[in-house]
Amino acid sequence: MMESYDVIVIGGGPAGLAAAVKAKELGLETLLLDENEFLGGILPQCIHPGFGIHYFKEELTGPEFAHRFIEKIKDVGVRYQTSTYVLNIENYSDLEKKIVFSSPKGIKEVWTKTVIYAAGARERHAFEIGIVGDRVAGIYTAGEAQTLMDIYGIMPGKEIVIVGSGDVGLIMARRFALEGAKVKAVIELMPYPGGLARNVMILRDFNIPLYLSHKVVEVRGRARVEKIKVVKVDENLKEIPKSEFWIDADTLLISAGLVPNVKLLQRIGVEIDPSTGGPIVNELLETTVPGIFVAGNALLINDLVDYVAEQGELAAFGAKEFIENEGIPSKRWIKLENGQNIRLLAPHYLSGERDVYVYARVSTPMENVKIVFPEIKKELRFPILRPAEMLRIRLRAEEIRRAEKKITMEAIPQ
Amino acid sequence: MKRIKVAIIGAGISGASIARVLSRYDNLEVHLIEKNSDVGWGVTKANTALIHGGYDDDPKKFPLRAKLCIQGNRIWHQWVKELEIPHIWNGALIVALTEDDFDELETLLERGIKNGVPEMRIVDKEEALSLEPGLNPKALGGLWIPIVGQIGPIPAVVAMVENAVSNGVKLHLETEVKGIKVENGEVKGIETNNGLIDADIVINAAGLYADEISKMVGIDYFEIHPRKGEYWIFDEDVPGPRRVLFPTPTPISKGVVVTTEISGHLMIGPNAQDLPKEEKENLATTMEGLNEVWEKAKKIWPNLPPKSKVIRTFAGLRPEPSGGDFIIKAEEEVYGFINVAGIRSPGLTSAPAIAYEVKEIIECDLGITLTEKSHWNPYRRDITHFFMTPREEANRLIATNNSYGKIVCKCNKVSEGDILEAIERMKFIGVKTPSIDSVKVRTKATSGTCQGTFCKVRIVQILAREYKVEPWKVTLKGKGSEIGVGDVKVLLRRAS
Repeated sequence: MMESYDVIVIGGGPAGLAAAVKAKELGLETLLLDENEFLGGILPQCIHPGFGIHYFKEELTGPEFAHRFIEKIKDVGVRYQTSTYVLNIENYSDLEKKIVFSSPKGIKEVWTKTVIYAAGARERHAFEIGIVGDRVAGIYTAGEAQTLMDIYGIMPGKEIVIVGSGDVGLIMARRFALEGAKVKAVIELMPYPGGLARNVMILRDFNIPLYLSHKVVEVRGRARVEKIKVVKVDENLKEIPKSEFWIDADTLLISAGLVPNVKLLQRIGVEIDPSTGGPIVNELLETTVPGIFVAGNALLINDLVDYVAEQGELAAFGAKEFIENEGIPSKRWIKLENGQNIRLLAPHYLSGERDVYVYARVSTPMENVKIVFPEIKKELRFPILRPAEMLRIRLRAEEIRRAEKKITMEAIPQ
Repeated sequence: MKRIKVAIIGAGISGASIARVLSRYDNLEVHLIEKNSDVGWGVTKANTALIHGGYDDDPKKFPLRAKLCIQGNRIWHQWVKELEIPHIWNGALIVALTEDDFDELETLLERGIKNGVPEMRIVDKEEALSLEPGLNPKALGGLWIPIVGQIGPIPAVVAMVENAVSNGVKLHLETEVKGIKVENGEVKGIETNNGLIDADIVINAAGLYADEISKMVGIDYFEIHPRKGEYWIFDEDVPGPRRVLFPTPTPISKGVVVTTEISGHLMIGPNAQDLPKEEKENLATTMEGLNEVWEKAKKIWPNLPPKSKVIRTFAGLRPEPSGGDFIIKAEEEVYGFINVAGIRSPGLTSAPAIAYEVKEIIECDLGITLTEKSHWNPYRRDITHFFMTPREEANRLIATNNSYGKIVCKCNKVSEGDILEAIERMKFIGVKTPSIDSVKVRTKATSGTCQGTFCKVRIVQILAREYKVEPWKVTLKGKGSEIGVGDVKVLLRRAS
């Protein structure tokens, strides 16, 4: 008899850990699979504080946050397996899915009724953002440098230029500065910084120059990075002729954003939202393939681990609903759409049976803004909104029910 | 029996092919000399990877190119099997976009017939589009050459060197030629950074530097100029053509190719930019060059993906000789010195034929009778690739060595077992400096969608462990490209 589960959680980062704990607490037979040798996803390398303020009501480091969840996994008795790489998800019917995975014990198949996919994201790399020149040592993504330094204790370089002012880039700017490296510049394509305000402060604290509306276009060096070419861009992000200058550095750090890891899902026909890069989901975080749920950065790129954990728990609740009803009961789904100045949002379909948290990002920084859902006549005011900071807005069931077919979300500066 | 010492300069596709062919003879002691820390890292590394059809070169203008290309194509069909080199024989279609293009295609067909290329024919619009449904619908037809294929150029060099070393060839890595010892008009040896290597025969297969090596023995009738070509590679989920697609060629270039390379990625390139003689290390990609490739590729393959689907761009240099034809000869002024120079396109295709040509030269021009070994081994087994291994076979492997069950490179499903096997083979041929690129070319780790963002660090750990060096000393591609500058506290220690 092949092993069989109610839920298989793919990915042992914060979304997967939270999902597995909740699923088990809801009484579901649960197996958690992770490809690394240790649980926690990227949390173990995030040695800075700022984790868990909402979820645990105290400020933890990444490893501390992970540790609490790993203890919970053990307390509630979730089965888990590390060094396990999922090769394939095979979808036979709504309640029969086969997971094929490889581990040091061999290639195995297990049956499951539902899947919670929490495989996180990958970083965009130098080739993806159009940097030309020499392909030399000393070019790292920010997360790669973080792994090198904080998991393996390796110092990647001495003179650093960082592409992108997102959170990981800014945190690594501080990390490099604290370890005695010279962070020569942070280069940001957009006219505003990409990270959370508290992380942008790092640049001032450590006296690191930030070049807004600039772009790294070329790297030169023989065996290792020697110099980096930067140009200024106009409001359409087009390079301004003759604006280029070179910065001498031995290391280029790319912090140009994350892309949800969804290839396995795409192979079984899960529909992807081009604006989030993750799957299209309903309010239970179920994808367009019945019984496949998604949470965390595989759903959309989050900036707070607390939201990631929340999504994991919601997906676990979704899995329970799915199993109890042999599929999510048919509902009159209302489409949630991104309107004016909303760059992305999730979930995409709402039933009006329960309150829903909507995660969204605006497309540009704005002051004195109204977030409007015109079809249900809901309005919220914000003094300031930045693309870097994810909005989390609760729509109440009765509000959702006011809509006929769809609800649009808009951000309107006053 | 006195063995004749042969030193081959350059472990690229030419040098490796020659080493393999010469490893068959009992009375030769073959030394393969390479300045890089691994084989195939010069001209061979950045190559379109095509096994050409042999119709391009006019035998009147470029007799060696014309002869060796078609011969080489035929030999590769055999060698890829003996050496288990990754390959695909998918044929090529030269696309006609205008009525005038058919004149050139007729010329190529005539030339192909003259050069002995089998199975070529001109196809009409309908057949061209059925051979290749994603082709520009405005294409009018093309020339179909079924014998064209693709191989992995560095995997081919690795395979040949492994085979040559198992047949007794000695590989000298990180060995740079400083001079060539000549006495009484005969070569005596090669001076290197690692001392003198005695040699009765010196074969100059030094790629871009063949002119400089030749000058060391006073032979300077040719020069090598670098000609740069740039390429784009796209993510594996981007649909590419089933055949190799060429535009109708111009007098200077076969044009920008659109193909799905053997790992399944759409690849476009190269353009052709002549560089000054001094720029033999200029491997930088340029926005202008890449844009040129993009525009040209779009003419035959209109459905190029968005730029966000690019996983890599790179540039390679072709060694363009004065005169244009391959220079493969025993130089009369210096007995024992053989030039294998100016091996530009179709060098990869011609390499095995070049090797047999060199063997003929040793026999006929140097007057050496070669005696065959009784136990020469023509075979070499390919490294285990987890991603290609059927499930039962993989389970059998994992049962004997559980590292085959640990996936290190997620994009290409490369297991730790694959990587350990690569390291074992690196050590077998004598790779001294551990590098990520050595693992990459043998296993495909780091060459997928994420370009090693997840797995590079883990490969570093494995290399450090197996080579017993500190992790930060592991290199990306040889000395000078170490992945770190020390342990994480090194700068603070230095400052205090």
